[in-house]
Amino acid sequence: MELDELTARLIDRYQHGMPLCAEPYLEMANTLGCSEKELMACLQRLELAGALSRVGPVFDHSRAGASTLAALAVPAERLEQVAARISRYPEVNHNYAREHHYNLWFVLTGPNRRHLEQILEELEKDTGLVPLDLPMLTSYRIDLGFALGGHP
Amino acid sequence: MSVCTSRFDETLAQRLIQLTESGLPLVEDPWTWLAEQLGISVESTLDLLKRLQAEGAIRRIAAVPNHYRLGYRHNGMTVWDVCDEQMPRLGELIGAQPFVSHCYRRPRRADWPYNLFAMVHGRSREEIDSYREHLRFLLGTASRADEMLVSSRILKKTGLRLASPRSSRSWLASEGR
Repeated sequence: MELDELTARLIDRYQHGMPLCAEPYLEMANTLGCSEKELMACLQRLELAGALSRVGPVFDHSRAGASTLAALAVPAERLEQVAARISRYPEVNHNYAREHHYNLWFVLTGPNRRHLEQILEELEKDTGLVPLDLPMLTSYRIDLGFALGGHP
Repeated sequence: MSVCTSRFDETLAQRLIQLTESGLPLVEDPWTWLAEQLGISVESTLDLLKRLQAEGAIRRIAAVPNHYRLGYRHNGMTVWDVCDEQMPRLGELIGAQPFVSHCYRRPRRADWPYNLFAMVHGRSREEIDSYREHLRFLLGTASRADEMLVSSRILKKTGLRLASPRSSRSWLASEGR
Protein backbone atom coordinates (compact mmCIF):
# COMPACT_ATOMS: atom_id res chain seq x y z
CA MET A 1 0.00 0.00 0.00
CA GLU A 2 1.30 3.45 -0.95
CA LEU A 3 1.01 5.95 1.86
CA ASP A 4 -0.07 9.54 1.46
CA GLU A 5 1.87 12.09 3.44
CA LEU A 6 -0.73 12.49 6.20
CA THR A 7 -1.05 8.74 6.77
CA ALA A 8 2.73 8.33 6.94
CA ARG A 9 2.94 11.11 9.54
CA LEU A 10 0.06 9.55 11.46
CA ILE A 11 1.87 6.21 11.68
CA ASP A 12 5.28 7.67 12.47
CA ARG A 13 3.83 9.81 15.22
CA TYR A 14 1.30 7.45 16.83
CA GLN A 15 2.60 3.90 16.43
CA HIS A 16 4.53 4.41 19.67
CA GLY A 17 1.67 5.90 21.64
CA MET A 18 -1.56 7.88 21.42
CA PRO A 19 -2.93 10.48 23.80
CA LEU A 20 -5.01 8.90 26.56
CA CYS A 21 -7.93 11.30 26.82
CA ALA A 22 -11.67 11.33 26.13
CA GLU A 23 -11.27 12.40 22.48
CA PRO A 24 -7.93 10.99 21.33
CA TYR A 25 -8.59 11.33 17.59
CA LEU A 26 -9.52 14.98 17.91
CA GLU A 27 -6.28 15.71 19.76
CA MET A 28 -4.27 13.72 17.20
CA ALA A 29 -5.98 15.55 14.33
CA ASN A 30 -5.14 18.91 15.92
CA THR A 31 -1.51 17.88 16.28
CA LEU A 32 -1.29 16.66 12.68
CA GLY A 33 -3.15 19.71 11.35
CA CYS A 34 -6.11 17.87 9.83
CA SER A 35 -9.74 17.29 10.76
CA GLU A 36 -10.91 14.42 12.93
CA LYS A 37 -12.85 13.09 9.90
CA GLU A 38 -9.71 13.06 7.73
CA LEU A 39 -7.80 11.25 10.45
CA MET A 40 -10.53 8.61 10.82
CA ALA A 41 -10.57 8.22 7.04
CA CYS A 42 -6.79 7.52 7.08
CA LEU A 43 -7.25 4.84 9.71
CA GLN A 44 -10.16 3.29 7.82
CA ARG A 45 -8.18 3.19 4.57
CA LEU A 46 -5.29 1.53 6.39
CA GLU A 47 -7.64 -1.01 7.92
CA LEU A 48 -9.32 -1.81 4.58
CA ALA A 49 -5.88 -2.38 3.04
CA GLY A 50 -5.00 -4.72 5.89
CA ALA A 51 -2.22 -2.30 6.82
CA LEU A 52 -3.53 -1.53 10.29
CA SER A 53 -2.78 -4.23 12.80
CA ARG A 54 -5.00 -2.50 15.36
CA VAL A 55 -5.63 0.61 17.38
CA GLY A 56 -5.65 0.13 21.11
CA PRO A 57 -3.68 -1.02 24.13
CA VAL A 58 -0.60 -3.16 23.61
CA PHE A 59 -0.24 -5.46 26.58
CA ASP A 60 3.10 -6.43 28.04
CA HIS A 61 3.84 -10.03 27.06
CA SER A 62 6.84 -10.36 29.31
CA ARG A 63 4.68 -9.73 32.39
CA ALA A 64 2.23 -12.29 31.15
CA GLY A 65 4.22 -15.28 32.32
CA ALA A 66 7.29 -16.49 30.50
CA SER A 67 8.51 -16.42 26.94
CA THR A 68 11.52 -17.51 24.94
CA LEU A 69 12.90 -17.41 21.43
CA ALA A 70 13.56 -20.95 20.21
CA ALA A 71 15.17 -22.30 17.07
CA LEU A 72 15.56 -25.66 15.37
CA ALA A 73 17.92 -26.87 12.65
CA VAL A 74 15.48 -28.85 10.53
CA PRO A 75 16.53 -30.91 7.48
CA ALA A 76 15.00 -29.22 4.41
CA GLU A 77 12.76 -32.16 3.53
CA ARG A 78 11.18 -32.11 7.00
CA LEU A 79 10.74 -28.35 7.34
CA GLU A 80 7.05 -28.22 6.36
CA GLN A 81 6.05 -31.02 8.68
CA VAL A 82 8.03 -29.73 11.69
CA ALA A 83 6.89 -26.14 11.11
CA ALA A 84 3.24 -27.23 11.02
CA ARG A 85 3.74 -29.21 14.22
CA ILE A 86 5.16 -26.13 15.95
CA SER A 87 2.53 -23.70 14.65
CA ARG A 88 -0.19 -25.90 16.13
CA TYR A 89 0.85 -24.93 19.66
CA PRO A 90 -1.28 -22.01 20.88
CA GLU A 91 1.83 -20.96 22.85
CA VAL A 92 3.56 -20.15 19.54
CA ASN A 93 2.65 -16.73 18.23
CA HIS A 94 5.53 -16.23 15.81
CA ASN A 95 7.08 -18.89 13.62
CA TYR A 96 9.51 -17.89 10.87
CA ALA A 97 11.60 -19.83 8.40
CA ARG A 98 15.03 -18.19 8.19
CA GLU A 99 18.01 -18.78 5.95
CA HIS A 100 20.51 -20.36 8.34
CA HIS A 101 21.63 -23.71 9.74
CA TYR A 102 19.03 -22.95 12.42
CA ASN A 103 16.23 -22.47 9.90
CA LEU A 104 13.09 -22.41 12.04
CA TRP A 105 12.62 -19.68 14.65
CA PHE A 106 9.64 -19.34 16.92
CA VAL A 107 8.53 -17.47 20.01
CA LEU A 108 6.96 -19.47 22.84
CA THR A 109 4.84 -17.73 25.47
CA GLY A 110 3.21 -19.45 28.45
CA PRO A 111 2.19 -19.00 32.06
CA ASN A 112 5.61 -19.93 33.43
CA ARG A 113 9.10 -21.07 32.49
CA ARG A 114 8.41 -24.74 33.33
CA HIS A 115 5.52 -24.78 30.84
CA LEU A 116 7.88 -23.66 28.06
CA GLU A 117 10.52 -26.21 29.03
CA GLN A 118 7.92 -28.97 28.79
CA ILE A 119 7.01 -27.91 25.25
CA LEU A 120 10.68 -27.81 24.23
CA GLU A 121 11.26 -31.26 25.76
CA GLU A 122 8.21 -32.59 23.95
CA LEU A 123 9.43 -31.14 20.66
CA GLU A 124 12.89 -32.62 21.12
CA LYS A 125 11.43 -36.03 21.90
CA ASP A 126 9.03 -35.97 18.95
CA THR A 127 11.37 -34.54 16.31
CA GLY A 128 14.76 -35.74 17.51
CA LEU A 129 15.99 -32.15 17.01
CA VAL A 130 17.59 -30.21 19.85
CA PRO A 131 16.06 -26.73 20.19
CA LEU A 132 18.03 -23.59 20.95
CA ASP A 133 16.38 -21.93 23.92
CA LEU A 134 17.21 -18.21 24.06
CA PRO A 135 15.15 -16.36 26.67
CA MET A 136 15.48 -12.59 26.80
CA LEU A 137 17.98 -11.37 29.41
CA THR A 138 17.75 -7.62 28.84
CA SER A 139 15.52 -5.58 26.58
CA TYR A 140 17.07 -2.54 24.93
CA ARG A 141 14.12 -1.91 22.67
CA ILE A 142 10.86 -3.74 22.65
CA ASP A 143 8.23 -3.75 19.95
CA LEU A 144 7.92 0.00 19.53
CA GLY A 145 7.68 -0.19 15.78
CA PHE A 146 10.25 1.61 13.66
CA ALA A 147 10.41 4.86 11.75
CA LEU A 148 9.03 4.81 8.21
CA GLY A 149 12.05 6.78 7.06
CA GLY A 150 12.17 8.03 3.49
CA HIS A 151 8.61 7.21 2.53
CA PRO A 152 7.52 8.59 -0.86
CA MET B 1 -0.64 -6.50 40.00
CA SER B 2 -0.92 -4.31 43.02
CA VAL B 3 -2.05 -6.10 46.18
CA CYS B 4 -4.48 -3.33 47.06
CA THR B 5 -6.31 -3.76 43.76
CA SER B 6 -9.85 -4.80 44.59
CA ARG B 7 -11.50 -7.86 43.17
CA PHE B 8 -13.93 -5.62 41.32
CA ASP B 9 -11.06 -3.73 39.67
CA GLU B 10 -9.36 -6.95 38.72
CA THR B 11 -12.50 -8.27 37.03
CA LEU B 12 -12.84 -4.97 35.19
CA ALA B 13 -9.21 -5.12 34.09
CA GLN B 14 -9.73 -8.61 32.72
CA ARG B 15 -12.85 -7.52 30.86
CA LEU B 16 -10.88 -4.60 29.46
CA ILE B 17 -8.18 -6.93 28.19
CA GLN B 18 -10.72 -9.22 26.52
CA LEU B 19 -12.48 -6.28 24.89
CA THR B 20 -9.40 -4.50 23.57
CA GLU B 21 -6.64 -7.02 22.90
CA SER B 22 -7.59 -7.45 19.27
CA GLY B 23 -8.10 -3.71 18.83
CA LEU B 24 -10.69 -1.02 19.39
CA PRO B 25 -13.47 -0.40 16.88
CA LEU B 26 -12.61 2.54 14.61
CA VAL B 27 -15.13 4.96 16.03
CA GLU B 28 -14.59 8.61 16.94
CA ASP B 29 -15.01 7.98 20.66
CA PRO B 30 -13.48 4.54 21.37
CA TRP B 31 -13.33 5.08 25.14
CA THR B 32 -17.06 5.81 25.27
CA TRP B 33 -17.61 2.52 23.48
CA LEU B 34 -15.35 0.73 25.96
CA ALA B 35 -16.99 2.44 28.95
CA GLU B 36 -20.42 1.27 27.74
CA GLN B 37 -19.14 -2.28 27.34
CA LEU B 38 -17.66 -2.21 30.85
CA GLY B 39 -20.73 -0.49 32.34
CA ILE B 40 -18.69 2.29 33.93
CA SER B 41 -18.14 5.99 33.16
CA VAL B 42 -15.69 7.23 30.54
CA GLU B 43 -13.73 8.88 33.33
CA SER B 44 -13.40 5.60 35.26
CA THR B 45 -12.41 3.84 32.04
CA LEU B 46 -9.62 6.36 31.43
CA ASP B 47 -8.50 5.99 35.05
CA LEU B 48 -8.38 2.22 34.67
CA LEU B 49 -6.35 2.51 31.45
CA LYS B 50 -3.96 4.95 33.15
CA ARG B 51 -3.55 2.62 36.12
CA LEU B 52 -2.82 -0.41 33.91
CA GLN B 53 -0.33 1.68 31.97
CA ALA B 54 1.34 2.97 35.15
CA GLU B 55 1.62 -0.61 36.44
CA GLY B 56 3.16 -1.71 33.16
CA ALA B 57 0.41 -4.16 32.17
CA ILE B 58 -0.32 -1.90 29.20
CA ARG B 59 2.89 -1.05 27.41
CA ARG B 60 1.41 1.61 25.19
CA ILE B 61 -1.84 2.60 23.53
CA ALA B 62 -1.15 3.10 19.87
CA ALA B 63 -2.11 2.85 16.22
CA VAL B 64 -0.14 -0.27 15.31
CA PRO B 65 0.50 -0.64 11.58
CA ASN B 66 1.06 -3.88 9.73
CA HIS B 67 4.51 -3.05 8.40
CA TYR B 68 4.49 -6.02 6.06
CA ARG B 69 1.42 -4.67 4.27
CA LEU B 70 3.05 -1.24 4.08
CA GLY B 71 5.76 -2.74 1.90
CA TYR B 72 8.30 -3.55 4.59
CA ARG B 73 8.57 -7.15 3.42
CA HIS B 74 12.19 -7.68 4.32
CA ASN B 75 13.24 -8.37 7.85
CA GLY B 76 16.59 -9.42 9.13
CA MET B 77 17.41 -10.77 12.55
CA THR B 78 20.92 -9.47 13.08
CA VAL B 79 22.86 -11.34 15.76
CA TRP B 80 26.14 -10.22 17.33
CA ASP B 81 28.81 -11.68 19.59
CA VAL B 82 29.36 -8.63 21.75
CA CYS B 83 31.97 -8.31 24.46
CA ASP B 84 30.09 -8.70 27.78
CA GLU B 85 31.67 -5.67 29.48
CA GLN B 86 30.49 -3.33 26.75
CA MET B 87 27.03 -4.82 26.39
CA PRO B 88 25.11 -2.33 28.59
CA ARG B 89 26.33 0.66 26.58
CA LEU B 90 26.18 -0.98 23.15
CA GLY B 91 22.79 -2.62 23.75
CA GLU B 92 21.31 0.80 24.47
CA LEU B 93 23.03 2.29 21.43
CA ILE B 94 21.78 -0.38 19.03
CA GLY B 95 18.27 -0.35 20.54
CA ALA B 96 18.09 3.41 19.95
CA GLN B 97 18.54 3.15 16.16
CA PRO B 98 15.28 4.17 14.45
CA PHE B 99 15.33 1.24 12.02
CA VAL B 100 15.57 -1.36 14.83
CA SER B 101 12.22 -2.66 16.11
CA HIS B 102 13.42 -5.10 18.77
CA CYS B 103 16.76 -5.35 20.51
CA TYR B 104 17.48 -7.96 23.16
CA ARG B 105 20.34 -9.51 25.02
CA ARG B 106 20.03 -13.31 25.04
CA PRO B 107 22.30 -16.06 26.41
CA ARG B 108 25.06 -17.69 24.35
CA ARG B 109 24.86 -21.47 23.82
CA ALA B 110 27.41 -24.16 22.95
CA ASP B 111 26.95 -23.77 19.18
CA TRP B 112 25.47 -20.27 19.32
CA PRO B 113 27.97 -17.51 20.13
CA TYR B 114 25.65 -14.51 19.63
CA ASN B 115 24.34 -12.58 22.63
CA LEU B 116 22.80 -9.46 21.06
CA PHE B 117 19.77 -9.58 18.74
CA ALA B 118 18.47 -6.61 16.73
CA MET B 119 15.58 -6.87 14.26
CA VAL B 120 15.76 -4.61 11.22
CA HIS B 121 13.06 -4.03 8.60
CA GLY B 122 13.06 -2.58 5.12
CA ARG B 123 11.46 -2.50 1.69
CA SER B 124 14.36 -4.23 -0.04
CA ARG B 125 17.22 -6.57 0.68
CA GLU B 126 19.64 -3.69 -0.02
CA GLU B 127 17.96 -1.57 2.61
CA ILE B 128 18.33 -4.15 5.38
CA ASP B 129 21.90 -4.91 4.25
CA SER B 130 22.74 -1.24 4.71
CA TYR B 131 21.22 -1.26 8.21
CA ARG B 132 23.37 -4.23 9.12
CA GLU B 133 26.44 -2.37 7.88
CA HIS B 134 25.50 0.59 10.01
CA LEU B 135 25.15 -1.59 13.12
CA ARG B 136 28.53 -3.14 12.31
CA PHE B 137 30.04 0.31 12.19
CA LEU B 138 28.48 1.22 15.55
CA LEU B 139 29.64 -1.97 17.26
CA GLY B 140 33.12 -1.90 15.77
CA THR B 141 35.62 -4.30 17.33
CA ALA B 142 33.35 -4.92 20.35
CA SER B 143 31.54 -7.45 18.16
CA ARG B 144 33.67 -10.48 17.30
CA ALA B 145 31.25 -12.03 14.81
CA ASP B 146 27.81 -11.42 13.39
CA GLU B 147 25.21 -12.85 11.07
CA MET B 148 21.93 -11.68 9.60
CA LEU B 149 19.16 -14.25 9.39
CA VAL B 150 16.63 -13.13 6.79
CA SER B 151 13.18 -14.61 6.89
CA SER B 152 12.26 -16.69 3.90
CA ARG B 153 8.69 -17.22 5.07
CA ILE B 154 6.29 -16.25 7.84
CA LEU B 155 4.72 -19.51 8.95
CA LYS B 156 2.66 -18.11 11.79
CA LYS B 157 2.17 -14.64 13.20
CA THR B 158 -0.64 -13.84 15.58
CA GLY B 159 -0.97 -11.31 18.30
CA LEU B 160 -0.76 -12.94 21.68
CA ARG B 161 -4.17 -13.51 23.20
CA LEU B 162 -3.74 -13.06 26.91
CA ALA B 163 -7.35 -13.72 27.75
CA SER B 164 -7.49 -16.95 25.77
CA PRO B 165 -10.26 -19.38 26.68
CA ARG B 166 -7.59 -21.94 27.66
CA SER B 167 -6.63 -20.01 30.75
CA SER B 168 -9.37 -19.57 33.29
CA ARG B 169 -7.84 -16.30 34.38
CA SER B 170 -5.66 -13.87 32.55
CA TRP B 171 -1.93 -14.38 33.05
CA LEU B 172 -1.71 -10.66 33.56
CA ALA B 173 -3.62 -11.02 36.76
CA SER B 174 -1.73 -14.05 38.04
CA GLU B 175 0.68 -13.53 40.88
CA GLY B 176 3.81 -15.05 42.30
CA ARG B 177 6.09 -14.83 39.30
